[in-house]
Amino acid sequence: MTQLSEVRDLEKTANLGTGMLRREDQRLLTGGGQFLDDLPFGDFYEAAILRSNYAHARILSIDTEAAKSLNGVIAVFTASELGPILKDLPPKVTNPKLNYQVRLPIVKEYARYIGEPVAVVVAENRYIAEDALELIEVEYEPLESVGSTAQALKEGAPPVHIGSETNVAVHLIQQAGDPEAALKSSPHVLRETLHVARGGGHSIEARAVAARFDGPTQQLIVWDNTQAPHYVRQMLATIYGVSEDEIRLIAPADIGGGFGPKAQFYGEEVLIPWIAMELNHPVKWIEDRWENFISATMERTQTHHVEVGFDDDGRLLVLKDVFEHDQGAYCVGLKVPTITMSTLPGPYVIPNIHSELISCYTNIVPTSSLRGAGRPQAVVAMERMMDRIAEHLGLEPAEVRRRNLIQPDQFPYAVGLTFRDGSPLTYDSGNYPALLDGVLERIDLAEFRAEQIEARKSGKFLGLGLAMFVEGTGIGPYEGARVRLTNTGRVMVSLAASPQGQGYETVYAQVAADAIGCDIDLVSVRHGDTSFIPYGQGTFASRITSTAGPAVWQASTQVKVDIIDVAASMLKIDSGELVIRGDRVEVGDDPEKGVSLAEIASIANVGRHGMSVARNQPVAIERTSYFKPSQAAYSSGISAIIVSVDVETGKIEILRSILGHDCGTVLNPLLVEGQVLGGHAHGIGNAIYEEAKYSKDGQPLTVSYLDYALPTAMEVPTPELFHVVSPSPLNPLGVKGSGEGGTVPLPASVANAVEDALRPFGARIREIPLTPDRVLAAIYGFQRDET
Amino acid sequence: MSEAVELDPAEAKMWITVTINGSKGTYLVDQRLTLADFIRKQVGLPGTHLGCEHGSCGACTIIMGDKAVRSCLLLAAQADRESIETVESLAEDGVLSPLQEAFHANHALQCGYCTSGFLMSLVARLREGPIESEAQAREALSGNICRCTGYTGMVAALMSLPTPNGQSGGAQ
Amino acid sequence: MKPSRFIYHAPTQIEEVLDLLWEYGDEAKILAGGQSLMPMLNFRLLAPAHLIDINRVKALNQYSLSDSGLTISALARHRDLELSPEVELAYPILHEGLTNIAHVQIRNRGTICGSLAHADSAAELPSIMMALDGQMNVRSKSSRRIVPAGEFFRFHLTSDLDSTELLESVFIPSMKRNSVGAFDEVTRRKGDFALVGAAVVGTWSERGTIEDCRIVCSGVAPTPLRLLEAEELVSGTDLSEEVLVAVQQLVMESLEPTEDVHTSAQYRKKVTGVVVRRGLARLAEQRSVVNV
Repeated sequence: MTQLSEVRDLEKTANLGTGMLRREDQRLLTGGGQFLDDLPFGDFYEAAILRSNYAHARILSIDTEAAKSLNGVIAVFTASELGPILKDLPPKVTNPKLNYQVRLPIVKEYARYIGEPVAVVVAENRYIAEDALELIEVEYEPLESVGSTAQALKEGAPPVHIGSETNVAVHLIQQAGDPEAALKSSPHVLRETLHVARGGGHSIEARAVAARFDGPTQQLIVWDNTQAPHYVRQMLATIYGVSEDEIRLIAPADIGGGFGPKAQFYGEEVLIPWIAMELNHPVKWIEDRWENFISATMERTQTHHVEVGFDDDGRLLVLKDVFEHDQGAYCVGLKVPTITMSTLPGPYVIPNIHSELISCYTNIVPTSSLRGAGRPQAVVAMERMMDRIAEHLGLEPAEVRRRNLIQPDQFPYAVGLTFRDGSPLTYDSGNYPALLDGVLERIDLAEFRAEQIEARKSGKFLGLGLAMFVEGTGIGPYEGARVRLTNTGRVMVSLAASPQGQGYETVYAQVAADAIGCDIDLVSVRHGDTSFIPYGQGTFASRITSTAGPAVWQASTQVKVDIIDVAASMLKIDSGELVIRGDRVEVGDDPEKGVSLAEIASIANVGRHGMSVARNQPVAIERTSYFKPSQAAYSSGISAIIVSVDVETGKIEILRSILGHDCGTVLNPLLVEGQVLGGHAHGIGNAIYEEAKYSKDGQPLTVSYLDYALPTAMEVPTPELFHVVSPSPLNPLGVKGSGEGGTVPLPASVANAVEDALRPFGARIREIPLTPDRVLAAIYGFQRDET
Repeated sequence: MSEAVELDPAEAKMWITVTINGSKGTYLVDQRLTLADFIRKQVGLPGTHLGCEHGSCGACTIIMGDKAVRSCLLLAAQADRESIETVESLAEDGVLSPLQEAFHANHALQCGYCTSGFLMSLVARLREGPIESEAQAREALSGNICRCTGYTGMVAALMSLPTPNGQSGGAQ
Repeated sequence: MKPSRFIYHAPTQIEEVLDLLWEYGDEAKILAGGQSLMPMLNFRLLAPAHLIDINRVKALNQYSLSDSGLTISALARHRDLELSPEVELAYPILHEGLTNIAHVQIRNRGTICGSLAHADSAAELPSIMMALDGQMNVRSKSSRRIVPAGEFFRFHLTSDLDSTELLESVFIPSMKRNSVGAFDEVTRRKGDFALVGAAVVGTWSERGTIEDCRIVCSGVAPTPLRLLEAEELVSGTDLSEEVLVAVQQLVMESLEPTEDVHTSAQYRKKVTGVVVRRGLARLAEQRSVVNV
């Protein structure tokens, strides 16, 4: 057997390392995308969902008679008709200390947020289904509710879950060193309270589920634009009490954005397939934007109470952060706040750390991971304080950072905390000084400071903000790929994970073609269907390149061995003399002599019925590989932002944005840059524009794009992007994740830049996003009524 | 409760004649059917997408007459005797138009869901005149929302298109 | 987000429109550009039993510019007027306001009269129409009346129209010789409704003073808000830096703006004076351009 190789030198590969254009584009550019609601489902019934319009209420009765009698309505379901599936939707990541509260697919008695499903109407079309929603009469007994963590944690706050003594969902502490002693002995200590608001994923395609029970095969087929098809199948199998083989879960070939909310598991995903089985007729539910605003999970709300202790040179001695996290009405998972806990220390040597989470329930739609997933908030806490240290000591913020960075020779670096994957927080590789240097090569600090002082004379306020981060990516448990040689002599790569625009069909063809050494045009990639490969986890947490990537590499490498061994047997020649070129296996020094991949497939896979095969000749060239990372791989990066702030209106103009990024080996620079640039835009949104607002009692106030501001091409500048490459030793490709790094530092760097611009006013930026209102409040000190 | 439901238990319908991507047809439509749903479901051209159904995201943008419009904010009834172009009209026999090709070459799309709307907005804009600066490119893109790309690839795509004087927009 | 059922009417004559309004009144809505109405139908915030689509009424699809002024009929679209060089020349402030409305895809359908009848207090056109002393030509089956813009806007999203009336056209009198105008606003993003906005108009006298100044703000009250005290303060002055600072201060001290999900009252209190000052400063800049 040939040894499995590693990719370390992309110069020697034919496809990897090149910015190959995407295979997906042709269909997407011509209107031929295969998004869920574009599929030719035919006569599927359409569902609409009645949602609680109370943030907290007890349902006394539901009258569906009028709705049922409407022409075109097929059926109406409430909890009382759905007994067998009124089962808990458990959190994705949990903790023994969690104040655990059951989340049901549909409200049984208590509705705990506006948007929670109360009834499902199935009708001939969505128009009629929505008509019927208006005919359902629900008698609610309104209950007191809380619309923020501050409200929820107040003494005597009304309980989100009646019967629970507290709204605290979990209280966790992680420590390294002796933080209390270090705080006492630090020559300087600075404290601040920093708040980051709620924001949403806002994939332009909202959620969607369709299902049909296939009688002839006795299989439930579910189409779901989820980021995690195998995970959804597993949840459904558990809740319905069937084996996984009785459900085929298909994430369509095209999914219109994910960004985290589509990686969660929702009540609708349980309800729709079940109802399709109950009615013995296919049903689909296409979430509309209003539903998406009130029922898709969101993120970001955290309030950090952070303290840093440091010496006269600005060297960090201790970091203490106690933060409140909004879990929403239920715990969909503890991943976000636990990621925050361990992202805090970032790229710095900090001998003493206290990281404390107080997560609480509120009467708002639950939170879960969203591009960045708890990291932007952690970076706000850490990086805002790095700037405060610089201000306190009269140093350049870049210099304070430089003095504290973990050095390239310190890897693997054990931070002393635990990451969300359960493994010790140990950075695998990186070069943080190179990231900082990359920015300083592009911005002449002395020149900028002179310009800044000069500009103030004419009433122009410029500011520079930096933010650095280290980001755990590529987490376990595993991801799978199946690679096989087809009867036509092509290579079919089947992935478990489903993409939402990342370009899997392109980059994994590059991986497979280079591993096998065949022509890339012979490689096809398909994904997202549980019938393609039995197990998988899904696309989330910037994990696929460093889990599915190695799986494709491993399986392809094994397939290559099989192909050559079959050819050796066919040609009666030693396998060592054979090479794969184009669509053939040839003798290295005699290219005339060879066999085609199609011939190999014919011999090894099709075979001859009933005939024995030579002892050394492999059969059935099909390899499935599951790659299991030993721990997370840590990407890193830096953002530098130069802003001009209009101090009369609070408007921020971004003059320059520089992004340095290290995600290890770059398999396709075009796709990686696309990920980083998209993340950057999301980060700009979080920093300045996007905010999901709620009244004090949990009423959502921003449920349209007139009120919730997504950045357009006018708001997002093109950043100057540079890469540092520190390959990960944890996988054979040396890769790390890149899907979120563009987002993570932006709220912090923009806030730092704005505070830097406003230093003559002594303005303190404590809340993000930096709306004009907040900027002026920071300058002029007027009080805002924050809930 | 909607009064219309009580007033008339049957869905009010009407006949419309529409030219879509050059082919003229007559359809019986529900009076309240939006133009977007009509194009997607009744005509069977699903490339026009719905992102917000309140006119803000631009995914459903089509060209009606000679103007880029939101098909979620029009009724099918209003398209009677109108001429409509959708994303499906842009490539000929699978050969991408220069704009589509520029999107491909500049990685101007990722998930591709919003792409149809961007393309139709830009086709209408480019018929009015070339895009000659980054500022013009951004203005032309600003009526549509993309959540994946950060717009960089789209700006680059527009700057790469040839202008009448033979230079690409990016040359200035 | 699909609209409730309605009966769709597509009249071709104005009289038919008025008959339908007369018959259905409160149960009907006029569909012109639909860029505000259709979202409300899709959200089911409105569920009219009858929808009267006026897009087939050719007589309403026009605007005309004469010596006395500009008449804009009910179907004239934002984009039509935005692209008219004559309108831009005659009413630069109107042109400026139009280019700030949403995005081109919306302006391609949206109508001037529709925006005014929608009466969004944060929108550009209502305040500009008040600053230009526009008149609303309102018609029903039984009557015609002319409503000055200053009396047309009753509350946020509420105009003076009753349920049988159509805003058939608006008339904007010609700007006097040496009249100038400017529109300034703060929005979160390009194309958004104003957090605060100000339309200012005035006439440079031969003495070099600004006269007949009108200052109308968007987004600060349930209707466009005319700032009479500020108008009085600046009228008859040369709009010197001193005057501009004084008017900003006056607005900041006297204004009691509303608060909403977009921004705080304090923000509006602070910034309305800024946009008024900036608008007036642009009138001052235009002094050299006009024939004084």
